[in-house]
Amino acid sequence: MLRLEKRPQPSRALSLSTPLIAVVVTMIAGGLLFAALGKNPFEAIRTIFWDPLFGEYAFYYRPQLLVKGAPLILIAIGLSLGFRAGIWNIGAEGQYIIGALCGAGAGLAFYPSDSVFLFPFMVIAGALGGWAWGMIPALLKVKFGTNEILVSLMLVYVADQLLAKMSLGLLKNPEGFGFPGSRNIADWESATSWIAADYGLHWGVAAAMIAVILAYILLNKHILGFNIRLSGEAPRAARFAGVNPTRLILFCLGTSGALAGLAGLFEVSGPSGQVNIDFAAGYGFTAIIVAFLGRLHPVGILLAGLLMALTYIGGDIAESQLQLPAAAIQVFQGMLLFFLLALDLLTNYRVKFAIQGAA
Amino acid sequence: MDLSAINPVLLIASLMVAATPLLLAAIGELVVERAGVLNLGVEGMMIVGAIAGFAISVETTSPFLGVIAAALCGALLSLLFAFLTQFALANQVASGLALTLFGLGLSALMGQSYVGVRPPAMARLDIPVLSDLPVVGPILFSHDPILYFGLGLTAAVWAWLKYARGGLVLRAVGENHDAAHALGYNVVRVRVLAIMFGGACAGIGGAYISLIRVPQWTEGMTAGIGWIALALVVFASWKPWRALLGAYLFGGINVLQLNLQAAGVAIPVEYLAMSPYLITILVLVIMSADKSGAPASLGRAFHASH
Repeated sequence: MLRLEKRPQPSRALSLSTPLIAVVVTMIAGGLLFAALGKNPFEAIRTIFWDPLFGEYAFYYRPQLLVKGAPLILIAIGLSLGFRAGIWNIGAEGQYIIGALCGAGAGLAFYPSDSVFLFPFMVIAGALGGWAWGMIPALLKVKFGTNEILVSLMLVYVADQLLAKMSLGLLKNPEGFGFPGSRNIADWESATSWIAADYGLHWGVAAAMIAVILAYILLNKHILGFNIRLSGEAPRAARFAGVNPTRLILFCLGTSGALAGLAGLFEVSGPSGQVNIDFAAGYGFTAIIVAFLGRLHPVGILLAGLLMALTYIGGDIAESQLQLPAAAIQVFQGMLLFFLLALDLLTNYRVKFAIQGAA
Repeated sequence: MDLSAINPVLLIASLMVAATPLLLAAIGELVVERAGVLNLGVEGMMIVGAIAGFAISVETTSPFLGVIAAALCGALLSLLFAFLTQFALANQVASGLALTLFGLGLSALMGQSYVGVRPPAMARLDIPVLSDLPVVGPILFSHDPILYFGLGLTAAVWAWLKYARGGLVLRAVGENHDAAHALGYNVVRVRVLAIMFGGACAGIGGAYISLIRVPQWTEGMTAGIGWIALALVVFASWKPWRALLGAYLFGGINVLQLNLQAAGVAIPVEYLAMSPYLITILVLVIMSADKSGAPASLGRAFHASH
């Protein structure tokens, strides 16, 4: 008979190693899934995890790692702050879309300006857009006690419709021959987020790095970070210590919204290049997995974001080379979160073998 | 714009159809939450139910087998959540999200060969005299059997929660799991069964969308209905009859905005399409003031050692 015994302290060693174990277990389960789909599991796993890094065309795929990883890391850093405090923003996808719309809209209003202030202006507009979208669930929660999970998620669908409306209406390229979608921002010298497209470097990558460092400092050295952690781990103690929950909700949802908005702006003015109906690629949802896989820790999120980016790139390769369905990668990512959550048990509890009846 | 094209009788009849998947999923989640568990995986279980029901219906040409398969698949998927939250003691919010993300991927994978296929139609109720009555006929007596099943289920859940011993145990577990445990009830077993019931209901709700409401299979076709069902449970203050009222209200809004789109109202299609989500937020805001109906142990993990 198995019995669980709560550890007085969560095991640090296991806390660090469970994400790795989860990845390995997911690879095995994923291999079985790919085998069930009639693909060679070893070839599929190699194509997804090895080829983008060390394969023949790795020189092309490696920069992609930064391109796909940057938005995931940027969004996940923001989400992790709230998740730590028990504030659940799951509408990052919507904040990402609104950030892109506001940033691109602010830039396109001045087309074809070549001012050096244009791009910074777009960045601010993008961050503000995401922030405002994140503040809706925050304010409703603070004012009326509304559940932020449901409100932030509903706003994703609203943002989706706004995106469709904007790419067919206000932001549509006047010289686009009636096709949906805005002007190409990536080709517009003063508005693009690309620094060096050949190396996959854009301002989003830089912003992601800065976010990782700032989040690390915030959580480890700043009283606000301490309060965030306290509210999540010991809500009662936090109340006695005088932590202001209102401020915390506004800060966490606002910050994660702003970071998601930034991710959207950098994406729309670089890798994606234009506002269009199919702009939203699900980064906002995958970032939830990234945040958990990274143990809600900034450095962990950095690594998890790169790993998740790898599955995107490897999935694309496997789709074109092995005809592995794109949805298989989505299942793979979902499984990863499952195994991770299941293995978390070992961090907080000790599994003991006990004689039946003794307990 | 031609508003006279909107026929009120047909509007009410199609409102009931639009409300049924919401009602089924919401009643299931209501029972889960009354047992003290918050399962955010409704959307994932619904979409897997939608494709499972669709696939089995197409393969066996029997929509009833499809609906049963959808219920089984929904319950099976919910077992994953039950394992994570009840045995591995994982965070319920995170586990529910995982279930939704996983379900969306799984359904896309399962549904690849079913895009563009037409499912077999489910026979509608056809009572010689009653179904032909004007106004009352199309509204009350000529729907598909699942719609009536949804109404019956609402009544059954209400009566079970209120009068049955099992319902009392379930509510006790949801209000105070430590007390229920001390009384000798098996908290984990009650919760696992409730979670499976919720999964089966969500599965049937999903199958209703892909088999009757739409009827076809497209990726991500539940489009947030599972999430609206979660909001509906809050709206209903965890009471079955109010869930029915809420489902018809939401169904009505959805049907009305679709009718307005078709009638060519001057409001852009996109703004009409976002209205159900905005109204959900509005309703949540109004209902959030009163949390007295919420089960006291909602969302808290239970382990006998605590």
